[in-house]
Amino acid sequence: MKLKLATVALGAIMAAAPAMADLVVPNLSYRTGPYGASGTQYADGFNDYFTLLNERDGGIGGEKVRTPECETAYNTEKGVECYESTKGSGALVYNPLSTGITYQLIPKIAADKIPLYTPGYGRTSAKNGKVFEWVFNAPANYWDGASVAIKYLLDENGGDLNGKKIALVYHNSAYGKEPIRTLQDLSKKHGFTLVELPIDPPGQEQKSQWLQIRRDKPDYVIMYGWGVMNQTAIQEAANIRFPMENMIGIWWSGSEIDVVPVGAAANGYKALTFHGVGTDYPVYQDMQKYVVEPGKASQGGQHVGSVLYSRGMYAAVVIAEAIKKAQELAGTSQITAAQLRDGFEALDITPERLTEIGLPDFGPEIKLSCDNHGGSGMARVQQWDAAAKKWNLITDFTEPDQEILAPLIAEDSEAYAKEAGITPRC
Amino acid sequence: MLYREAGDFKTSYRDDGQTFPIRLDRWGYYAILAVAFLVVPLVIDSYWANAVLVPFLIYAIAAIGLNILTGYAGQVSLGTGGFMAVGAYAVYKLMTAFPGVPIVLLIVVAGVITAIVGVLFGLPSLRIKGFYLAVATLAAQFFLVWLFNKVPWFYNYSASGQINAPERTMFGWAITGPATTAPAKYLTCLIFAVVLAWVARNLTRGTVGRKWMAIRDMDIAAEIIGVNPLTAKLSAFAVSSFFIGIAGALLFSVYLGAAEASEAFGINKSFLVLFMIIIGGLGSIFGSFAGAAFLVLLPVLLKNVLVAQLGWPTDLAAHIELMIVGALIIFFLIVEPHGLARLWQLTKEKLRLWPFPH
Repeated sequence: MKLKLATVALGAIMAAAPAMADLVVPNLSYRTGPYGASGTQYADGFNDYFTLLNERDGGIGGEKVRTPECETAYNTEKGVECYESTKGSGALVYNPLSTGITYQLIPKIAADKIPLYTPGYGRTSAKNGKVFEWVFNAPANYWDGASVAIKYLLDENGGDLNGKKIALVYHNSAYGKEPIRTLQDLSKKHGFTLVELPIDPPGQEQKSQWLQIRRDKPDYVIMYGWGVMNQTAIQEAANIRFPMENMIGIWWSGSEIDVVPVGAAANGYKALTFHGVGTDYPVYQDMQKYVVEPGKASQGGQHVGSVLYSRGMYAAVVIAEAIKKAQELAGTSQITAAQLRDGFEALDITPERLTEIGLPDFGPEIKLSCDNHGGSGMARVQQWDAAAKKWNLITDFTEPDQEILAPLIAEDSEAYAKEAGITPRC
Repeated sequence: MLYREAGDFKTSYRDDGQTFPIRLDRWGYYAILAVAFLVVPLVIDSYWANAVLVPFLIYAIAAIGLNILTGYAGQVSLGTGGFMAVGAYAVYKLMTAFPGVPIVLLIVVAGVITAIVGVLFGLPSLRIKGFYLAVATLAAQFFLVWLFNKVPWFYNYSASGQINAPERTMFGWAITGPATTAPAKYLTCLIFAVVLAWVARNLTRGTVGRKWMAIRDMDIAAEIIGVNPLTAKLSAFAVSSFFIGIAGALLFSVYLGAAEASEAFGINKSFLVLFMIIIGGLGSIFGSFAGAAFLVLLPVLLKNVLVAQLGWPTDLAAHIELMIVGALIIFFLIVEPHGLARLWQLTKEKLRLWPFPH
């Protein structure tokens, strides 16, 4: 009873959060736990791009952007707590960087009318804007990734994967299970055998799965991993001398921290990506000048230019563009979350616009509409050069196989619409 | 001062045996119930419901469940997370199979299903006890989570293996789903918590509870005086799993709305609930609430103080928070190994003897 009194008293203090008239984009980040190393870099990139806009352009349309951070530790319950504690502050959009938290938030944001932007993760069928009015997952999703990986392998094998064996090593969670159905359909279409190897999160234990790979000798390994699972998997692959160039990770398995610990043995490892790599883009000069040198970078700018930093920055770029679009449409700089949703639906990031931002050829063109919330789904393949310690892009943006994906997306989103009682719009 | 007992005499055994024998305590209890039922629903907002009170009530139910098994019947269990998963998946299957049935009924049925599963996994307790039983229940934890991950029937063949709670109502009020109001969520959990705590309190001080405690204190002696270990142990597993199943069903359907077996019901859940009853006090219903409050509310409170008030970086605050909670756990267990409930009881005794406590 005493404890209750104390919490009520302190609760009164915490309810009194200040409300400022800025554009609020909460950063539901995680810098602790088994995924903390990856989450940290992403969150830094996300914060720094908005800092750059504030410092260089005075915000977006004259309004400063605030990115209050909340630590989720990749845990769904903490994610819900973070969402509830920030949504009252005028939050415009959420980007929780976790498929589990995304699933929690999808029904909530629809009720609260706040957009959810989940680039490259989250619920794949949210691409169908007819059912998922408030969710956006452009430029690519998990099923696009699976399809682009298979397309790449088709190219390598002269268009024929008949009789080949492909193993899918995946994080045994909603995230890792997402590509299974796509790969099963693709295996029927192209005639390869699919071996599914789940790894329980967080993923340090995977000896038995790699023993099975050594025994089964699959031609290729596709990996859907995240956090500590990636480094462990690449190390295990090196231990059984699996040819690195035959291993393709999804974009969440393709950052520096995944390959650097393995050293020279990781040379040749491939991964997908839906954006450019390295710091050879003009925006990084501005970033250096306006954010890093004045000491305004998140965590001192120690990760600037890493793959995950760039991905966090790219997510911020798309959100900033959507805000700009929403301001144009609404005719006011002080937009609401609902107006931002309209901005997302009218989003059109052309290659020219990307060049203007300082990121020429960084991402695919993103053109969204009422029924397409996922963009084109194009992705590229990158390869790790262990000697130079850098990723090299080895393909152009490749379009996924919509013939396989479109029916799957329709089926899954219709099932959700039926379950949740949603009438499709558009 | 607070606990002057002058004039508070008992003239019958019935009066002497009640849950709150001191008049002031009793009034305090009624006052808290009145506030919880009549005042809080009027002022609660979605932050207080979703981040603070609903998880507290749900974990309190789970803690009561584990306390019945471990605190009263002496059967150490590490399977709490797995049994919560049974409750959650049972209610999910029931919700999708019988959309028209009131949700509260389905939650109770999910509790019954968990009770049956709990009895099955309680069978080893007839032969083994202590650490060995802990390991057997740990197997239940891993097996159940693996099962819900492996067999697509449990998650209705969805692409990602996640389960989502559709909207279900009771008397026209949405209880699950995104349209649920904060008071509806809170009241549903509060009613479950109050009714279950009342049931648990009365079970544990009646014949059944005395049998459990006899088994806990010395099983051979209990058997000699006529307690049947089979029924006593299995009934403890059944009742405990029923409570834990209801907590799991509420956690998934009312609180989170979506869940993933390995993330939401992993081994960490089992440890969390076990820590709650150790800190709160083994063999105490109040202790279950105190322990749940300690481990659910304190991290939220610390986060709000460190990040929102002091403006610390979130990662530093998260690490400091872990250290503070850990240090407090050690501190409490050194000061009072019998938990917060015993600490509270001692405080009350000292207050009653004020100004000359001994």
